[in-house]
Amino acid sequence: MKKTRLIEFLAPVFLLCVVILLWHLVTVAFSIQPFLLPGPGAVLDSAQANLRTLVSATLMTAAGALGGFLVSFLLGSVIAFLFSQSRIIQYSFYPYAIFLQTVPIVAIAPLIVIWCGTGFQSVIMVAMIISLFPIITNGTAGLTNVSQQQADLFSLYNASRWQILWKLRLPNSVPNFVTGAKISSGLSVIGAIIGEFFVGYGTKNFGLGYLITMTSGQLKTPYLFATIICSTLLGVFIFLLINLIASRILKRWQE
Amino acid sequence: MLIEASDLNMIFEGGIQALKGIELSIQRGEFVSFVGSSGCGKSTLLRILAGLQHGYSGELTLAGMAPLDARQARHNVSFVFQEANLLPWRDVLGNVKLPLELRQDPRMDSEVSDLLDLVGLREFANAFPRQLSGGMKMRASLARALVTRPELLLMDEPFGALDELTRQRLNEELLELWERDEWTCLFVTHNVFEAVFMSQRVFVMKPRPGSIAAEIEIPLDYPRLPELRASPEFARLAGEVSAALREHSE
Repeated sequence: MKKTRLIEFLAPVFLLCVVILLWHLVTVAFSIQPFLLPGPGAVLDSAQANLRTLVSATLMTAAGALGGFLVSFLLGSVIAFLFSQSRIIQYSFYPYAIFLQTVPIVAIAPLIVIWCGTGFQSVIMVAMIISLFPIITNGTAGLTNVSQQQADLFSLYNASRWQILWKLRLPNSVPNFVTGAKISSGLSVIGAIIGEFFVGYGTKNFGLGYLITMTSGQLKTPYLFATIICSTLLGVFIFLLINLIASRILKRWQE
Repeated sequence: MLIEASDLNMIFEGGIQALKGIELSIQRGEFVSFVGSSGCGKSTLLRILAGLQHGYSGELTLAGMAPLDARQARHNVSFVFQEANLLPWRDVLGNVKLPLELRQDPRMDSEVSDLLDLVGLREFANAFPRQLSGGMKMRASLARALVTRPELLLMDEPFGALDELTRQRLNEELLELWERDEWTCLFVTHNVFEAVFMSQRVFVMKPRPGSIAAEIEIPLDYPRLPELRASPEFARLAGEVSAALREHSE
């Protein structure tokens, strides 16, 4: 590793250590009640004690988020494709697609639970709705924004509509779909957790969202902290995963 | 005559007149250049000839047909664009083969790799555009234009973004390719020296509205070698074209 890269890696780690140390000192120095602000030690203890539950809840939420993301990617791609094929379809539906972006997901999540039932399917549904819009907009942009010169090149050789779609529009849209996927993968984690707030599942299979409502309701604040950290780590993990896949796919496209 | 135009006009939506009263007759196998400042309609003229720009008025035939009909009748017209205009997701071979794919022309791969040889890109057949220098990208673009064995090659300031030495080399290579086969070349540039070095005739265009201001014969023999650039005759002709260009700029 080069020296600058080492610093790049070590600096944030060092900062994290400083913050944890300060956090510890503050809780000790002002003897703050653990249910208000538990120290790092208490959070760690709670995480260890509830490790199995935390892991299974994280996996459950991960499944909901990834499931929702995959459905939104597939559905969003189909919608983007339809939008790119017909102006009329695009103009008619686009204003309502914006609804997906502007409607507060917290407000419609209970409705979805009423419609789809208290189960995993509702979590996927909420995650899907919140992450659908970026795929639609980015995908449509990629499929329709072809440079004049590239379009000319295809016209010059009398390319058919099908050839233009398959050999120009689709490959041209790949970077846009990747950008859309990056944005919506992050949103899908938020969507899954919000979905779980309202769904809850049964008593055995629950995700981080349910754990957050439960621990906060019972003022198990150290446990809540551990749950929040798991949610954050899950978000980071999914972000890194999608970025890794994205950079592999984009290798060819980057000029 | 391969190309004949008389009183060719082009007015864009919004009333901007891009071309006015163009008179042209170009024979098969000729190498002619169009020089002029930007906005003098050079590119528009090429796009009309390629059947890519519609809405012109006046007489214009390409091999006896209107350009769009000529294109649809698969008259072989190729276009080399300002930037290399390669598809970044295809390697060099994939880019060069694209016209054959679009025409569903079952030409042999060996023929394509011979062409890559000719433009000096054999070792780079599997390289992607981002891995190539500006000159190499342009060579790939040229190979793509030649792969259909065109009878007419339209080149729109292809070497404008290249450094001087690369530009000179590509001028020489393009001439070699032209002498070897028998296509007709219409070359648009704002560089007087490259126009004089390659062409048999140079058309000087003036802007607003784009029209042909002068036509200058370049009576130099082929093959034209690099030393030609240092000859008094070359300097005189380049001076003549420059003077015409200056006279007709505002």
